[in-house]
Amino acid sequence: MKVLSDTALTAMQTGNPNALVATVTMAHGGGGRAMRGLIEKVILPAFYNPLLATLEDQARLSLADLTAMGDQLAFTTDTYVVTPIEFPGGDIGKLAVCGTVNDLAVCGARPLFLSCGMVLEEGLQIDQLTKIAGSMGQAAREAGVAIVTGDTKVVERGAADRVFINTAGIGVVPAGVNIAATQAQPGDAVIVNGNLGDHGIAILLARNELALTAEVFSDCQPLYNLIAAMRSACPEIHCLRDATRGGVATVLNEFAVSSNVGIRLRESALPLNNAVRGACELLGLDPLYLANEGKLVAIVPGVLADAVVAAMRAHPAGRDSVIIGEVCRQPAGTVILATAIGGDRVVDMLVGEQLPRIC
Amino acid sequence: MRFADEFRDPDKARVLVDEIARLSAPLAAARGRPLQVMEVCGGHTHTIFRYGLKAMLSEESIEFVHGPGCPVCVLPMGRVDDCVALASDPKIIFTTFGDAMRVPGSRGSLLQAKANGADVRMVYSPLDALQIARSNPQREVVFFALGFETTMPSTALTVLQARCEAIKNFSLFCNHITIIPTIKAILDSPDLRIDGFLGPGHVSMVIGNRPYDFIAAHYRRPIVVAGFEPLDLLQSLWMVIKQITEGRCEVENQYTRIVPEEGNARALAALSEVFELREFFEWRGLGSIDHSGVRMRKEFAAFDAERKFSMPNLKIADPKSCQCGEVLKGVIKPHQCKVFGTACTPEKPLGALMVSSEGACAAYYQYGRIDVKDRRHAADSPA
Repeated sequence: MKVLSDTALTAMQTGNPNALVATVTMAHGGGGRAMRGLIEKVILPAFYNPLLATLEDQARLSLADLTAMGDQLAFTTDTYVVTPIEFPGGDIGKLAVCGTVNDLAVCGARPLFLSCGMVLEEGLQIDQLTKIAGSMGQAAREAGVAIVTGDTKVVERGAADRVFINTAGIGVVPAGVNIAATQAQPGDAVIVNGNLGDHGIAILLARNELALTAEVFSDCQPLYNLIAAMRSACPEIHCLRDATRGGVATVLNEFAVSSNVGIRLRESALPLNNAVRGACELLGLDPLYLANEGKLVAIVPGVLADAVVAAMRAHPAGRDSVIIGEVCRQPAGTVILATAIGGDRVVDMLVGEQLPRIC
Repeated sequence: MRFADEFRDPDKARVLVDEIARLSAPLAAARGRPLQVMEVCGGHTHTIFRYGLKAMLSEESIEFVHGPGCPVCVLPMGRVDDCVALASDPKIIFTTFGDAMRVPGSRGSLLQAKANGADVRMVYSPLDALQIARSNPQREVVFFALGFETTMPSTALTVLQARCEAIKNFSLFCNHITIIPTIKAILDSPDLRIDGFLGPGHVSMVIGNRPYDFIAAHYRRPIVVAGFEPLDLLQSLWMVIKQITEGRCEVENQYTRIVPEEGNARALAALSEVFELREFFEWRGLGSIDHSGVRMRKEFAAFDAERKFSMPNLKIADPKSCQCGEVLKGVIKPHQCKVFGTACTPEKPLGALMVSSEGACAAYYQYGRIDVKDRRHAADSPA
């Protein structure tokens, strides 16, 4: 075992990131000097904004500014746990910002403010935390939101998997916008903004448990600007969700049930990266159920579908947008896939996790 | 995508579907019922539902009977209980294929055991389990070996490799089963109505086509060894119907790109070195079938979890309301079972066939309910 010098030991105990400290210790969660040091040296520079910089116990937001933007406040929260915490195309920090921002954006809200609660496992490298905070800050700037309040807790080794992040977000919904899962109507078109399942497969491959190598990048990205472009092409978007866990199939089943309509997808129209398709073929997974982190499913009036797709393709987050199916009357509450070979099958809600088949 | 799209060509499918319709209609009319064709293998059941093949064929002419070839589905509850008992031993790392984790025993599944703290790890190959044993010399690693001859060679070779490296902390919980005695048991059943068989392609890759000769010669039923892509299945079905039309009963091989006539000699040699037939093995839904399972030979006792560890080894009866046996023999369809979709669902499977996505009931539940629904709509509306 390597013997630490007195300086290093002291540094670890005080948790001063400027000294030789490499990892998070219980002291960083103690509420004292070590924690203050961590916040000032690691968190604040990454998230910097005037509301956070006051370091009060809460952020105070001007009601007048909010009401000037719309007539409803949208409020959401999500907790992020992912293994590995860094993966091709992003990390847990970028995910924690994009995921919550997208949950706001899909109701038509303009995302404005986030909170950030972190649970850190003792032993997490400070460098890694700095990197995660950095990518949260960068993602927030790209999405046009500010992380205005936060909290950090440290738990003993083994009580968490390195870092868990919760973000809550608020945004403002402009007057007159009514996007809801109940709004799908026969004749509407179903649109996605690009390849399905990239995030799910990128994570699976990054775990290195399969002897598979392929270049697949998580699609983790904020969607607000894309949605704004869609709304200018079609003010009446009927349904909109980001297709995260459970994938496109789960979102469409929710739409079909809530709106009491049938949804018919065309297998040949589903956009898939070849590497993702190959991995699914090998492992017996269905890309319709794979997680995405920057893909939305929209249901819009059929007559405006082409205009919406054109507007989406003009935006970097929507370059591969495509119509994948239509809303019909029957069978109500059910999603049907017209398979490439010419058959039909039900695309149901997933039971539990998708597990690879034996043979 | 190469090696996938060419086997899913809608134009070629259309030609086959039309030809199947043309040949099968008069045969069904003469019988006064649809032709019953059993796809033995769960992989075929999955293909039929996943690609919606059933909807492409006329219900009046063709009825698929979904056979017993889903190893996960036919695993009896008592064996799952043994797995859970092994996995709950703190010195054991229990390794398994993914879809075996959800199979319910009488005291829960491996997934539940894992949630309760058991060290259960999903692997993609028995060699991954052996690697876990190498990296954890202080723990015992047990691999849950199951499946037909498709997965048996890789398990056998893993054991041979373990012996070669003198690895002491690796063993198999052997639940491998063999399909031929079970097909025979189905053919001997008095209420049998099956007109022909689609033979299991990947099992045949190992055992070849000759073991099926008795089906054609003795039981006078056509069998076509089939691949797993949708066009493979349609072509094989067409070949079965063509045999019936022409009054032939033969073993034919549609899956020639994979299945050699005599099978794989090296794989077969590894199997007979490591395994021997059990006197009988219990199948969920079908009961005990003679010579339908294998165990490890005495020479490999050191790698045999059944000899190495004590297990409850109890026989747990299938629930009384479960009609899996009748579904497996084609006597009823999955949705005609009394508990289908009510007491028995994929979330809480009561019977074996609801367990894996290759099980007939799970496939009906997941993909096939559209037919049932449509019929209900048709019945509800006053035309």
